[in-house]
Amino acid sequence: MSAGALQILIVDDEAPARARLRDLLADCAPDVLLAVVGEAATARDALNVLATTPVDVILLDIRMPEMDGIEFAQHLQKLPQPPAIIFTTAYDAYAIRAFEVHAIDYLLKPIRSARLKDALTRAQSARTPAAAALRELSRGAPAFLSAQERGRIHLIPIDDVIYLKAELKYVTVRTAEREYLIEDALARLEQDHGERFVRLHRNCLVARSAVRGFERGAGEGEGHWVALLEGCDEKIAVSRRQQHIVRELGRQ
Amino acid sequence: MASINQNAYTSALPDFRNLGILLRILLIVNIAAIAAALLRAVTVRGMWQELLDLSAIVQPVLIVILLVLVAIGGILRRLPYFLGALIVTAIAVGVTVGLVGFVSSAYRAEGLGSLPRYGALAALTTAMLLAYFELRGRALSPAIAEARLQALQARIRPHFLFNSLNAVLSLIRQDPRRAETALENLADLFRVVMGDNRELSPISREVELCQQYLDLEQLRLGDRLKVVWRIDKMPPDALIPPLLLQPLIENAVYHGIEPRVEAGEISIDIYSLRNRVHAVLRNPYARQGDHHAGNKMALANIRERLQLHFDAEATLDTRVGEETYQVHITIPYVKDRP
Repeated sequence: MSAGALQILIVDDEAPARARLRDLLADCAPDVLLAVVGEAATARDALNVLATTPVDVILLDIRMPEMDGIEFAQHLQKLPQPPAIIFTTAYDAYAIRAFEVHAIDYLLKPIRSARLKDALTRAQSARTPAAAALRELSRGAPAFLSAQERGRIHLIPIDDVIYLKAELKYVTVRTAEREYLIEDALARLEQDHGERFVRLHRNCLVARSAVRGFERGAGEGEGHWVALLEGCDEKIAVSRRQQHIVRELGRQ
Repeated sequence: MASINQNAYTSALPDFRNLGILLRILLIVNIAAIAAALLRAVTVRGMWQELLDLSAIVQPVLIVILLVLVAIGGILRRLPYFLGALIVTAIAVGVTVGLVGFVSSAYRAEGLGSLPRYGALAALTTAMLLAYFELRGRALSPAIAEARLQALQARIRPHFLFNSLNAVLSLIRQDPRRAETALENLADLFRVVMGDNRELSPISREVELCQQYLDLEQLRLGDRLKVVWRIDKMPPDALIPPLLLQPLIENAVYHGIEPRVEAGEISIDIYSLRNRVHAVLRNPYARQGDHHAGNKMALANIRERLQLHFDAEATLDTRVGEETYQVHITIPYVKDRP
């Protein structure tokens, strides 16, 4: 972190809550060298700010539509230099207990400026929440996958994913538009989204809704089934062990 | 528990105009008739004959008694309990003896038995029923005291309180007047939430409360929250349990509006139809709703309070559509406090 002003991004879906934080940050300004670089109402908006502006600290609301603060913090960890995160919440007994346990910084709304000042001072010796702690905090499966490309994070709605294919270190995520590489384990993705995907091959999970049908493969794997997909022309081989899936999902 | 003990139970006649009470009376008397038929008959086939014979006397007598009680129930309930109970018994005996006497003299029916016997049977049955309702009243009475506690539990989420306070704080510097109004609304809301909610109150008051509540939510959510009230056919004097609609609207905001990025509409229709008051609440519904437990608890609470106040005469239905969630409540149109 540079010796310059602390670059702060405010993320909250409620406009009055953002206004309140701005006021409070102005109150802290005489004691802490800081600059508010932006405000965002959703995680997506916040990513847009992050793509163009360096940010040291994010003041992050937990309960937000589309993607909650906890999931957003998880995606942010893929950045080469993730910003420090201070969670803000009005009331969430469960989350607060977990924050205490893992020493994650949080502020209770209504926020006092003294508390905010303390948190910002601590944030200067930056600390990002541990991945394991965030995983424990997240409720239900994340709604997005995230890929990091050239310091930017792309969010991929899980609904858009056609298949996930493990390749060496990475998992290829295929959507109708394009492919992304993500650094996750296929087993973990299957664990999180087991209901949505079906394993057709040792290294491939396919969205059930994207399976259009099956046909007998040609060429060397003659006689093996391949899956035809909705929204992409590729065919996915069904491994010998998973042949029963063909019967279960119905053939073309 | 002290608060419950203070609300000592006072005996009261059942409300004969309540459908649930009437159904209970019909059921119990008919079960007694079946038992009597079983006692008198030797074979099962004989029992049916006995039951038919008995019903020919019991049903008309019962219906006339109930009609009389429905007609004068209001007056009876204002009398001291024992006097009321005595009059109810007298009516039962009088109607029974009168009707049976009239039929046996008009048709010279033989084998009906002596009139004092019918009178005694009527008196006994009535006493038994009154004792049953008395016990039931005693059994339910702590529940009524507790309904108030439950109303407190179903109420406002802490989440709402703290977020609202936060929103008001943000207004104090920029728009002190709006901050004042918001705090006044908050005070009114909590006056009701923390007050005594056992008595029914006019629906117009509840609507006003809900509007104040929604004003506060609007403060936080801005354009994301759209509210449509259709209440021009609402009978403003209809009595409902307090905090009946507010928790439902709070649910609608929490589950229907807050999880959405785009704007959503909550609509509230209140109207009366054939002496019943209907309240229909709709909100957008997101399938990946994550807080179902909270919603079910609020609904169970409201259902229970409706039952305590109106017995079988109130209904609460929920319907999950493609994109909307709907709650439909109907209650009898009551204007005077019982």
